[in-house]
Amino acid sequence: MNTVYMDNNATTRVAPEVVEVMLPYFSDLYGNPSSMHTFGGQVGHAVDEARGKIASLLGAGPDELIFTSCGTESDSTAILSALQSSPGKRHIVTTRVEHPAVKNLCENLDKLTGHKHKVTQLPVNSDGTLDLNLYEESLSDETAIVSAMWANNETGVIFPIKEMAEIAKSRGILFHTDAVQAVGKIPINLSQVPIDFLSLSGHKLHAPKGIGVLYVRKGTPFVPFIIGGHQEHGRRGGTENVASIVGLGKACEMAAKQMQDENTRVKGLRDKLEDGLLASIPSSLLNGHKTLRLPNTTNISFEFVEGEAILLHLDRFGICASSGSACTSGSLEPSHVMRAMGVPFTAAHGSIRLSLSVYNTEAEVDFVLEKLPPVIAQLRAMSPFWQGEHKGKTGSSQCKCSCS
Amino acid sequence: MWEYTDKVRDHFMNPRNVGEIENADGIGEVGSLACGDALKLFFKLDDAGRIADAKFKTFGCASAIASSSALTEMIKGMPLEEAEKVTNEDIAEYLGGLPKEKMHCSVMGREALEAAIAYYRGIPLPMAEGEVVCECFGVTDIEVRRAIAESNLRSVEEITNFTKAGGGCGKCHERLEELLREARHEVQQIIPDKRPTRLTNIQKIKLIEEVLGREVRPTLRKDGGDIELVDVDGDFVIVSLRGACGSCKKSQTTLKEYVEKKLREQVLDTLIVEEGK
Repeated sequence: MNTVYMDNNATTRVAPEVVEVMLPYFSDLYGNPSSMHTFGGQVGHAVDEARGKIASLLGAGPDELIFTSCGTESDSTAILSALQSSPGKRHIVTTRVEHPAVKNLCENLDKLTGHKHKVTQLPVNSDGTLDLNLYEESLSDETAIVSAMWANNETGVIFPIKEMAEIAKSRGILFHTDAVQAVGKIPINLSQVPIDFLSLSGHKLHAPKGIGVLYVRKGTPFVPFIIGGHQEHGRRGGTENVASIVGLGKACEMAAKQMQDENTRVKGLRDKLEDGLLASIPSSLLNGHKTLRLPNTTNISFEFVEGEAILLHLDRFGICASSGSACTSGSLEPSHVMRAMGVPFTAAHGSIRLSLSVYNTEAEVDFVLEKLPPVIAQLRAMSPFWQGEHKGKTGSSQCKCSCS
Repeated sequence: MWEYTDKVRDHFMNPRNVGEIENADGIGEVGSLACGDALKLFFKLDDAGRIADAKFKTFGCASAIASSSALTEMIKGMPLEEAEKVTNEDIAEYLGGLPKEKMHCSVMGREALEAAIAYYRGIPLPMAEGEVVCECFGVTDIEVRRAIAESNLRSVEEITNFTKAGGGCGKCHERLEELLREARHEVQQIIPDKRPTRLTNIQKIKLIEEVLGREVRPTLRKDGGDIELVDVDGDFVIVSLRGACGSCKKSQTTLKEYVEKKLREQVLDTLIVEEGK
């Protein structure tokens, strides 16, 4: 059975070209870039070269990048650094739809640091967008840092990061963005956007898992998170993950070249998929803003059916997707993103995310368009709430989930 | 990814007895769209009082659908009195087991059956009579108590896995702990619960004042300092350092190493002492 992989916001295939440039660093070029000998030194040159390619994709300086192990480490490093470098300021502004890497960190800061913090989690509109006025009002002299994602992993909705960063800068507040989903999919030029910290993760853009980057603007105060040797100019201890760094360099170089394809062909495939599903399946609705969105992501709710059941049926056909339903999150409520957007509970449990990449083809889109509608029809046929073409009823239990 | 048994997968992919029964003798409906799963069960009795046919409609995940399908297969042919004895554990066992986080799906099956039997007999549903403990998922204390007793549950997390209670906002966790303690008390009266009892805010503040007055303040005063309690907010104890302490460079160390240590030893080990401005 062929795998139709449409879960690229979860992780991506490592590009064959990336694997190829990585291999020598496992077998022949295994030196330590910190070593004094030529054998290690040449590895150091490869790390520098990769750093340059990544910096070029972001419009940043090579010295502004710190290699980390993942996006989560980058997020933790940035936020904890900002809090330590602004003593006395204990207010953080973030949003209700952040990835757990930021959300759970902010919610547990008091326990982690032994200091009391105030965390403002900004609400979002029903289309997942952010209200800039609310954002501006939330800032105060006590605010140490703003942390807002560039693009949302579940819906693909893009936040106005440039405007937000400018407002923060004008108030002297540090600004962090989790750009894990945005990097490689939409153009980013940090010479034009005054943010202080940016997190990215290799495995979301066809590099391997286990490599991340934290961008720290030159001049921004920085306190290391992992303390050890003098690697990364003392900003992050630990021997460099050389092969993955080289791989990430290649992946960024390819992303720059494929950006056009991503925003035309891949976007076209996404739109065909989305329009096709919305047209052929009644009582289906799009989650997230129609245009202020990543080109590869679509998130659709199918009313009166449950997400995990949809995923398992798709799995039978080799189709990989994900869902914001309660059952797939391991909790009993739908995803915090769906709840923050106020997706009606008739639809919140039946949301499906399909996220594409440059490797997807039109044939695959056609395959999903053929297989998904009957799955929904089959599940609806056994749903006590579905009553043919007209809207179903919603049951009469005492249930009062926060999604409703 | 959930680890489902082949039997769960089979009953999910090829559910038995999907549909409705016209003029059914018993109809039981549990759950709702908001809750994320719901089951409507129908049965028809034959002249001898046996379940001649059973059908269902389910909204929910794979294990909810599989549990419904399994339930209808199990009860077909059973006299009503026997069907009444089917438990959620029986449903899970029939399916070769369910992931522990999914046990509530089997509980839903059993409750639908109970509701259908109550409908047939024209009596109110016993489960709905209790006090609603979990508002998020509408779970009563009777349901929770029964799950604790029958499935030998030992933690709030397990209660959530089986009944969904406590899986939403979390406000009922304290009440669930209480129900656990009550149940435990009945079973193991011999072993006393040695954990400290919970402090009310007033008790906490009084105790903190007492420790500050008895031990901390006299020590600080020896060095010309003093301390005042400003506020208590959950685990956070806000104090103000006075006199020589106010200007002492080591005051932060005093606060954490001495004051906080004393309070943690004698009041609550989760307290965090901070200096108010």
